[in-house]
Amino acid sequence: MATGGAGEMIGQVFSWLTDSAHWRDTPLDTGITTQLLAHIKFSLIAVGIAGAIALPLGLFIGHTRRATFLVAGANALRSLPSVGLLVLLTVMIAPHFHGRTDVGFVIPTEIVLVLLAIPPILSNTYAGVDNVSPAVTDAARGMGMRGRQILFGVELPCSLPLIFSGIRSATLQVIATATIASFVPLGGLGRFIYDGLQQQDYPQMIGGGVLVAALALTADMLLALIQRLVVSRGISGRFSKSGGAAADAVDAAITRAEVAPV
Amino acid sequence: MSLLHAVFATADSPSSASSSPWHFFGYFLDHRSQDLSWLWTHTWLSVVPVIVGLLIALPLGWLSRRYGWLYPPMVSITGLLYTIPSIALFVLVPPLLGLSSLDPLQVPIALTVYSVALLVRVVADGLASVPEEVNQAATAIGYGRARRLFAVELPVAVPVIAAGLRVATVSNVSMVAIAGTIGMSNLGQLFQIGKDLSTPTAYYPPIVLGIVLCVLLALVLDALIILATRLMTPWRRAVPAK
Repeated sequence: MATGGAGEMIGQVFSWLTDSAHWRDTPLDTGITTQLLAHIKFSLIAVGIAGAIALPLGLFIGHTRRATFLVAGANALRSLPSVGLLVLLTVMIAPHFHGRTDVGFVIPTEIVLVLLAIPPILSNTYAGVDNVSPAVTDAARGMGMRGRQILFGVELPCSLPLIFSGIRSATLQVIATATIASFVPLGGLGRFIYDGLQQQDYPQMIGGGVLVAALALTADMLLALIQRLVVSRGISGRFSKSGGAAADAVDAAITRAEVAPV
Repeated sequence: MSLLHAVFATADSPSSASSSPWHFFGYFLDHRSQDLSWLWTHTWLSVVPVIVGLLIALPLGWLSRRYGWLYPPMVSITGLLYTIPSIALFVLVPPLLGLSSLDPLQVPIALTVYSVALLVRVVADGLASVPEEVNQAATAIGYGRARRLFAVELPVAVPVIAAGLRVATVSNVSMVAIAGTIGMSNLGQLFQIGKDLSTPTAYYPPIVLGIVLCVLLALVLDALIILATRLMTPWRRAVPAK
């Protein structure tokens, strides 16, 4: 009985997702395509701003080993509940905007998304540069490289695996929290989850969940692909069949820098 | 709308109409029994999935350490599960397991899945962190495989496993609040109430109270794990740090 009900529900979710009417905009409803694009837009803006702040800062802190308290401070942000922050900033900012725009909801959401995306990128960039073996930087210095050349020619390429793992977890965090932004309320794929819940339209709610999960998995795969193209094979250890010691060290460092989940 | 708000505000908080963010403590006193019962469910929902997750992750982590070929697929599968946003996993658990939509078990099950996904790798890496000499010494003085695992390897791995437990517990506190937005009864309800009461003008107390209680809960649970780790690893205090 129970499994029959579940099978039936999975079928209903499948037909909700494959009904082309749900993908198009109508005068009454916004379709999946529009919400998907909105979700991607919010997420890209947030990750872009967070990266523009956290990457240079992390490189600076790692290279000069100054102001390391900033990393600890950013990590303390992680114990804040993301929904609470979202609701707090929304009721603070939204009443100042009137009319038919959603700017009053976009601004607080983007602030929260950026706040959540900074800690993983910052701490991983810092850990990446901090993890570069002193023997490597000494060798570079011995070859006559200067501070800036060492940073961009040696430390940055060597820390790329950790930086990418930070960007990937920041992206997942942002996609997840952008979903909850529909609760405050804003567009995006979370709309289907919260609207489905409100209307007791469970195929729509679960279909929304499927779309969010698919977007997160796709984004993570794309970033993994970019990482594969960008990171030197000497660092990822992809030319020897057994992985190599360098790659093991990088894996261990990533485990140590284990980032908070969504 | 504003009339509705006025009715709500007076019915809900007779002695505390102030909407100042700093009024959260007065709000707490006015709704003490409700808030404490949400705090209790929130605590329960944050802790139990981690404990169940650890019990499942211990044998899986041990297996992927014992049989090395299991480690890469295990890490990939758990990493994939970890990629799925929590709100999506909450709504996906019931149809996949044949529960009714909005079953009270959907949140603990989803959180257990996350805990297992995080802890399998942590347990395997923790066991791998045990120095080989320690294992050889234990074998040399006559420890069998099982006794060595429980009396030597797991205790030595406690610091690494505890670090994973801290991450899992603190993030659980935040994810339980997310479950509040789909109607589950926990501290997340305070954000729902704050949002509903803020329609004409902002009403901060429940929102600030929810954030304060969530952060306090995360800090207390984190401190408890640190304390338990200290008690379980007396040898780390006996030797001065290198």
